[in-house]
Amino acid sequence: MREVEAIIERYGAKRRHVIAILQDIQTQFHYLPREALLEVAARVRIPLIDLYSIATFYNCFSLVPRGEHVIRVCLGTACHLKGGTRLVEALERELGVREGEMTPDGQFSFETVRCVGACALAPLVLIDGRYYPKMKQRKLTQVLARLRRARPPAEVTQ
Amino acid sequence: MTRLYINGIEVDLEEGTTLLEAVEHLGIEIPTLCFHPGLSAYGACRLCVVELGDGRLVSACTYPVQEGLQVRTHSPRVLRARRMLIELLLSICPGSKRLQDLAAEHQVERVRFSVRDERCILCGLCVRMCAEQMMAHAIGFVNRGYRRRITTPFDLTSDVCRRCGGCLYICPVCELRCQGPEAPSVVCGSCMTPAPTCPPVYEDLACYMGAAGECGTCVRGPRTPDRRSPDFTRRRESV
Amino acid sequence: MKIRTLEQLKALQGELRAARDHKPCVRVCGGTGCRARGSEEVLARFTTLLQEAGLAEAVDLRFTGCHGLCERGPLVSLAPEGIFYQGVEADDVRAIVMETLARGVVIERLLAQDPVTGKRVRREQEIPFYRRQHRLVLRFNGVIDPTDIREYIAFGGYHALGMVLTRLTPDEVIEIIERSGLRGRGGAGFPTGKKWRLARAAPGSRKYVICNGDEGDPGAFMDRSVLEGNPHSVIEGMIIGAYAVGAAQGIIYVREEYPLAVRTLEIALAQARDYGFLGEEIFGSAFSFDMEIVRGAGAFVAGEETALIAAVEGKVSEPRQRPPYPVHRGVWGHPTVINNVETWANVPVIIERGPEWFASLGTATSKGTKIFSLVGKVANTGLVEIPMGMTLRELIEEIGGGAPPPREIKAVQIGGPSGGCLPKTLFDLPIDYESLTEAGAMMGSGGLIVMDDRTCMVDVARYFMDFLRDESCGKCLPCREGTNRMYELLTAICEGRATESDLELLEELAQVVRETSLCGLGQTAPNPVLTTLRYFRSEYEAHIRERRCPAGVCKALIRYVINAERCTGCLACLSPCPQQAIRGQLKQPHVIDQERCIKCGICHEVCQFEAVEIV
Ligand SMILES: Cc1cc2nc3c(=O)[nH]c(=O)nc-3n(C[C@H](O)[C@H](O)[C@H](O)COP(=O)(O)O)c2cc1C
Ligand code: SF4
Ligand code: SF4
Ligand code: SF4
Ligand code: SF4
Ligand code: FES
Ligand code: FES
Ligand code: FES
Repeated sequence: MREVEAIIERYGAKRRHVIAILQDIQTQFHYLPREALLEVAARVRIPLIDLYSIATFYNCFSLVPRGEHVIRVCLGTACHLKGGTRLVEALERELGVREGEMTPDGQFSFETVRCVGACALAPLVLIDGRYYPKMKQRKLTQVLARLRRARPPAEVTQ
Repeated sequence: MTRLYINGIEVDLEEGTTLLEAVEHLGIEIPTLCFHPGLSAYGACRLCVVELGDGRLVSACTYPVQEGLQVRTHSPRVLRARRMLIELLLSICPGSKRLQDLAAEHQVERVRFSVRDERCILCGLCVRMCAEQMMAHAIGFVNRGYRRRITTPFDLTSDVCRRCGGCLYICPVCELRCQGPEAPSVVCGSCMTPAPTCPPVYEDLACYMGAAGECGTCVRGPRTPDRRSPDFTRRRESV
Repeated sequence: MKIRTLEQLKALQGELRAARDHKPCVRVCGGTGCRARGSEEVLARFTTLLQEAGLAEAVDLRFTGCHGLCERGPLVSLAPEGIFYQGVEADDVRAIVMETLARGVVIERLLAQDPVTGKRVRREQEIPFYRRQHRLVLRFNGVIDPTDIREYIAFGGYHALGMVLTRLTPDEVIEIIERSGLRGRGGAGFPTGKKWRLARAAPGSRKYVICNGDEGDPGAFMDRSVLEGNPHSVIEGMIIGAYAVGAAQGIIYVREEYPLAVRTLEIALAQARDYGFLGEEIFGSAFSFDMEIVRGAGAFVAGEETALIAAVEGKVSEPRQRPPYPVHRGVWGHPTVINNVETWANVPVIIERGPEWFASLGTATSKGTKIFSLVGKVANTGLVEIPMGMTLRELIEEIGGGAPPPREIKAVQIGGPSGGCLPKTLFDLPIDYESLTEAGAMMGSGGLIVMDDRTCMVDVARYFMDFLRDESCGKCLPCREGTNRMYELLTAICEGRATESDLELLEELAQVVRETSLCGLGQTAPNPVLTTLRYFRSEYEAHIRERRCPAGVCKALIRYVINAERCTGCLACLSPCPQQAIRGQLKQPHVIDQERCIKCGICHEVCQFEAVEIV
């Protein structure tokens, strides 16, 4: 994988950089493809299991591809108190998938995060990196509808 | 030389010694589970906790001796803590003889938590065995917190595993596991005999490096789906 | 341009000040909160409209860090008059430019309102939220443009560093920090000077300084705001610290969830290098130092110092046994000083204003100020900085403005998942390290979450346990399994399935988890449980004995009903109900079919007349 090679090049094939390397791979592919992990292990010369441990330990890594839109509901303390959990339930109802999963049409991935640092505006939802402050269940369903309309669900993407 | 006091007894020990070594030096016994003299200390099971002069409980196997330290190995607080730890261990590994024995020794008579049969206490001995003695680095911890478990990368048969059985040999709770497809008896004995019993008998099936989840030794059952792994749905019920 | 001497720096500062002082300045908040509400558009509109009005040259426009009152964002302040506009939308910009800037007319509707008198107030300092604060670390937040080092220099930035490198020995620096009484702002409150002295004395030719910007406390954003609003204060503090302990390398560890902070820091580091504050022979001295950013990949436990070291080394963030402490064996085995963002940001201030001045702020054992992120069920949520020793009441009621009626504040969670919940009866406690610890909470890094009578304390404890069982690294048994079991027990209580003996077991377990866990995460994990049990036991008992959730939160124990007297029959709740559980006709009181209701609460959310009640 040429992209992976370029990323490794950028930091240098050293153990201390593997997390940064994986972060950049994650940014590029939106998940960590297995081949990428194999390649990093080989190039940096560290056991594959160590990479696998890292990839499953930290929040920001995912081993499964993500949907076209990534919805992240904040479940930090402030957001929990102001109804973050209800938003999660609403999404589960709306999308028919559970937290950490992708809709079958590949349009939405839905995750939870623990605080995105804008707690004064709780509860927060992030959709594709954009902040939606003081979210309500109603508003959320409306935003979802808008996103759905913006692109009719295509055939299942991988 | 560092001078410290263990249960009031004065001892002089070299710097770099751990409290566990110090305690054993005096012939005092304290329970350990995740410690093995041939491997690096990890401090995971906390069974070896001892009480320091300032009231802290620390794990003897990792704590270095320090000048003037007052150590109590069997204070009421230590014993109470150990009992709770054993109760926790039993609640995730009820079938282990080693744990049952520990419970008996410490008068743990009931388990008040709902029991889950995990067959692994995540002591990490197998991981250290595989990495430090076998130099294979075939297995390791994945996930964190309550989702943590032991497995191979992607839950697939490892191509760096040496099938040495070291992980089976060292596991403190595996007496009732590593049975292979048709176990001859309930107790496989792999923990009691230094020779790795399973691999020669069952070949790779018995080693938990067999096809994903097939044997289940050391691989925790699919209790909590590993949301980051694409393979968890493919894993079969183990054992 | 490289600054080599203190004189050069002062000359530059003079120049920069002269160039900016006579101009009016528009400061648009570029903090995360205001950005979330569209302050980027506001800024863009200002740029165009100032251009159009021919004011682009005459007015300075700045995109600053968080102003503090994020609740009311986007915020815009105008210097020199100090006019403070809140809730500014892009469409308001034309009025601001045309009226306020061009003609000096203040726009009433954008001003803040004094909650007591109802009067509109013009200036930041007149708003109760700001009046009681003492902004020391945050003094330039909302004032300077964080992406321009010249702004920081104009306000005296890097002067402390210049003094240190040209006039003081490392030991003198450590002595100053010791005399100031500064204690770590990241949690435990360890004396910073002492830590530095230990690291300086530790044998080893290579040493490191690290800034802990992991900020894993869910519900806190102090460090984020400092890094985003005034990154150079942290960098300057770290260079001074590195000089004091003899480190040549520094690392700023920031969580990846803060992309803006990472970007701002990258810019700041590059600029600091350009000006010669990082690199070889800083300020013409023999001292050389540089630093890099390491992005955290998301793990609460990575904030624990030994776990942070593991992360920096490219491993899983698993804490290890201390001793040896990082000051003796840190990254790659070298002596390492790890301090919190806010701790570092205090250093230049102490050098600049002197340790005695700093020590005059605060209480006998806790000096200086502390930043809190005040969130939850208070009127004014945002970022506040107060002198140590202020009471919780002053902070929550005067600065925070209390709970919006009819709600009543009942407790505050302080110190994040490691801290505790303190009840209203303890609100006269002064905020200092010792008082909070004694009460069962802790200072923590500064998360302050206010709870009202609609917050269930058992649910709060359960929430934290859910967080911790997931965020525990999983290495040691009591923390991994203990938090998981506590979560199970708390869930049973919340669902009305628990018995009195479960409560006993919970207490017993909490004690052991606290005593036997390996690292600070496990050792403090039971705090939310223990404090809620200590101060709100009756709520636990109501769940267990009466199968009732007094706050109306725990789903299994509540029902939604429509109060027929209040219901106007407006039909508003009918269609949003995902279950079609509500029946009713126009102008007739509606009813909820309890069989179908899944207690999602949408009807409660949409009803304008508060007719949907939780029983
Ligand atoms: C579980 C856990 C999480 C922590 N998280 C942070 C954090 O996010 N930021 C921080 O500065 N310190 C955190 N700490 C405290 C650090 O271990 C360390 O004490 C601190 O960074 C030292 O800096 P200080 O002396 O300036 O406070 C955490 C500690 C524990 C046990
Ligand atoms: S059998 Fe395989 S996994 Fe087990 S210790 Fe040997 S090499 Fe490691
Ligand atoms: S499989 Fe056995 S040796 Fe390995 S971690 Fe689990 S209990 Fe320990
Ligand atoms: S206390 Fe928790 S976080 Fe700390 S080492 Fe143990 S399991 Fe990990
Ligand atoms: S709580 Fe939800 S499901 Fe129940 S009546 Fe209201 S809207 Fe319908
Ligand atoms: S708690 Fe949700 S943003 Fe902080
Ligand atoms: S034997 Fe010491 S912690 Fe396990
Ligand atoms: S982000 Fe604008 S005031 Fe906090």
